[in-house]
Amino acid sequence: MPRLRPRSALAATGVRFVNVLSRRLTRGAGTVMGGRVGLKIDPHLLTHLSAGRRVVLVTGTNGKTTTSAMLRVGWASSVTSNETGANMTEGLVAALAASPHDRVVLETDEGWFAGVVAAAAPEVVVLLNLSRDQLDRANEVRRMAQRWRDCLNADAFFGVVVANCSDPLVTYAAQTARYVRWVDVPLSWRGDAASCPHCTRAIVFEVGSWSCPCGFSKPTDVTARLSSALVINDTSFNLDLALPGTFNDVNAAFALTALAELGVSLPEALVRIRSLTTVQGRYGRRRYGERTLRLLLAKNPAGTTALLESLDEAADVWVAINAQLADGRDPSWLYDVPFEQLRGRHVRCLGERRLDIATRLTYAGVSCEVVEDPAVLRRGEGEVTLVANYTAFREWMDVTTPC
Amino acid sequence: MDGRNNSVLNLVVLFPDLLGTYGDGGNAAVLATRARARDIEVRVSEVTIGEEIPEASLYLLGGGEDGPQRLACDLLKDGGFVDRVAGGAAVFAVCAGLQILGTSFAIEGDATYPGLGLVDAVTTRGRVRSVGDMASRVGERMLVGFENHGGVTTLGPGVGALGTVLVGRGNDGVADGYRTPGIWATYAHGPVLALNPWLADEVLVELSGEPAAPWESVADRLYAERCATINSRRSDAARIRGSR
Ligand SMILES: [Zn+2]
Repeated sequence: MPRLRPRSALAATGVRFVNVLSRRLTRGAGTVMGGRVGLKIDPHLLTHLSAGRRVVLVTGTNGKTTTSAMLRVGWASSVTSNETGANMTEGLVAALAASPHDRVVLETDEGWFAGVVAAAAPEVVVLLNLSRDQLDRANEVRRMAQRWRDCLNADAFFGVVVANCSDPLVTYAAQTARYVRWVDVPLSWRGDAASCPHCTRAIVFEVGSWSCPCGFSKPTDVTARLSSALVINDTSFNLDLALPGTFNDVNAAFALTALAELGVSLPEALVRIRSLTTVQGRYGRRRYGERTLRLLLAKNPAGTTALLESLDEAADVWVAINAQLADGRDPSWLYDVPFEQLRGRHVRCLGERRLDIATRLTYAGVSCEVVEDPAVLRRGEGEVTLVANYTAFREWMDVTTPC
Repeated sequence: MDGRNNSVLNLVVLFPDLLGTYGDGGNAAVLATRARARDIEVRVSEVTIGEEIPEASLYLLGGGEDGPQRLACDLLKDGGFVDRVAGGAAVFAVCAGLQILGTSFAIEGDATYPGLGLVDAVTTRGRVRSVGDMASRVGERMLVGFENHGGVTTLGPGVGALGTVLVGRGNDGVADGYRTPGIWATYAHGPVLALNPWLADEVLVELSGEPAAPWESVADRLYAERCATINSRRSDAARIRGSR
C-alpha cells in the first residue's frame, strides 16, 4: 500500500517519475502517454505532484480552456498549466511533471473532476456550467452534478468553490460546500436544468432568478455579478476584452472572482486578461488561401448556442462537423442548437458529417450548400467565421496559418 | 377532434424540457417542413412543465434521463393525454417516450414504474447500455439512427414491432420499437425523422390521409449515406463470419 510508505520514499519515487515524464514530454505530443505511464507506476502521482503547490481547478461543460487561460495570464508570474487541453488525470500529471511552478491552473474534465479534487487538494475550484456534451460517451448531466456535490461537500473539501449560481445544476453541486463564492452571470442555455435536482419538479425561471416549489432557489448572497459591467465585492469593472462574445465576458467573471480569492490585484489582472486575443487558436484570425478565417470551437448545444449569438453580421459562416470519438459519434445534438438564427445567410457545410449539418440547416430554413472539397474555398473574398466541432477544428487549425 | 379540423396538422411536442435529451425536438421540425412543402398547413407547439396538454393530430415524445422520465410520465397520466390517444390522436415516440407509453419501465436502479399502459410493452433494465448506430428493417425500407439507452423492451402478444433489428439492440436485439394504430415508437433517438425522410412522409401520409408528393432535399443524400455506411459494416461483419 503506497500510502503506508515513508514520505521520503514517496518523494523519491515522485522525482523519478518526473524525470521519466519530462524526457517524454520534450518529444512533443506525448503528454497523455507520459502521464499514463507515470500513473501506472505510482497511482498517487497526482497527489504527490500537487503537494505544496497552489492549485486551481477549472471545470464545466463550456469555457474551461479560455477561463484557464485567463487565470494563467491574470495570475501574473509563472504558472504551471495544461494549456493544450489534455484535461483528464494523465494530462494533469504530465503538466505538473513538466513544469515546477508553485502556481498551478488545471482545466479538468467534468467526469474526472471528483477524483482530481480528492487527489490534488486545490485551493480554489471554479464550476462554470453543466450541460449535455457527448452523451453517447459521457454520463448524464444530473449524475455529474451529484458527483461534484459529493466531492465538494463541507466534510470532504476545504478549499473555495467559485460557482455559477445562474445554473441550477452547478448551484446544486456547490450548495453544500464549506466556502462558496457565487457568481451571477447571464445564461443563454438552461435546457438541462428544467427539472429540479432535489425533487424533479419544474424549476421556474424568471428574469434574474429561478426557484423550485421545494425551496431550492437561486442564491442571492453573490460575490460577483455580470451585467453591463462586472461587479466583484462591490467594485465595478468594465471588461472590454479583445475576445468576442458575452460568453467570454462570463469566463472573465469567473477568472477574476477566482483571482480575487487568490489575492491578486484585479485591475492589474484585468489589464493582462485584456491582452488575450486568441486561446489555442480560437477567436484569432487565420489565413486560408486568399481568405481570412476566424475559427470558433463549437462542441455542444450550449456552447454553439452562445457562439451563434456572437456572430458578426457581415461575416460569411461556414460550419464543419465531424463525428469521431472525440466529437461524440452522434451528431443529434445539432437539433438542440437554434440554427434558425442563421436564416438570411448562405452557409457552407463542411466536415465528415456535412450532410448532417446541411440537413439540419435545411430543416431550420437556412440556405446552405454542401462543400465536398474545401480546397475550392481557398479563393474568395471577405471574412469568414468558421464554426467547427472538436476534430474538425483541429483539421482546420492544421490547414490554416496565423495572420 | 379539434386537432384535425380544417385540415391543419397540429403537432404537439410534449415536455421538451424533460424529454428532449438528444435533439428529439428535430422530429417536429422535420414533419412541419415536409408537410408545408406539400401545402399542408401545420401548427407546431410545445408543452412544457406546468402547461396543459392541448388537442393534437400528433404528439411527439422524446428521450430523457430517469428523473425527468418519471416526472413526464406523471404529467402525462394527469393531463388527459391517455384519453386523447385512446380517442384517436397519433403519437410518435422515441426512447424514453417509447417506454412511457408502455405498461411499465425500470428507472433509478431496478425499481419498476408503471407506464401509461397505452401499449402492451414492458421495459426492464438491460445488463449493458446500448450506445451506437442502430438500423432496422421496416417493411421494404431500412431505418437508420443512433441509440443510447439501457432498456430491454418486451412486447406483448399482438403488439407488432416497428422494425427488425439489423445493427444495434433496439428493444432486445431482435425487434425495434412498436407500431400500433396511430402510434410509432423506436429506440432510434434524436432526429430519427431527419435521418429517415421516408418515415417522416409515411407519418404525414397517415395523418393527412393523402399521398405525399416527392420532395427532394439534402436529407435524401444523408439517408443514402447512412444506409451505405450501415450496409458496408454489415457486409464486413458477414465476411468475418463467413471466413471463420
Ligand atoms: Zn425542487
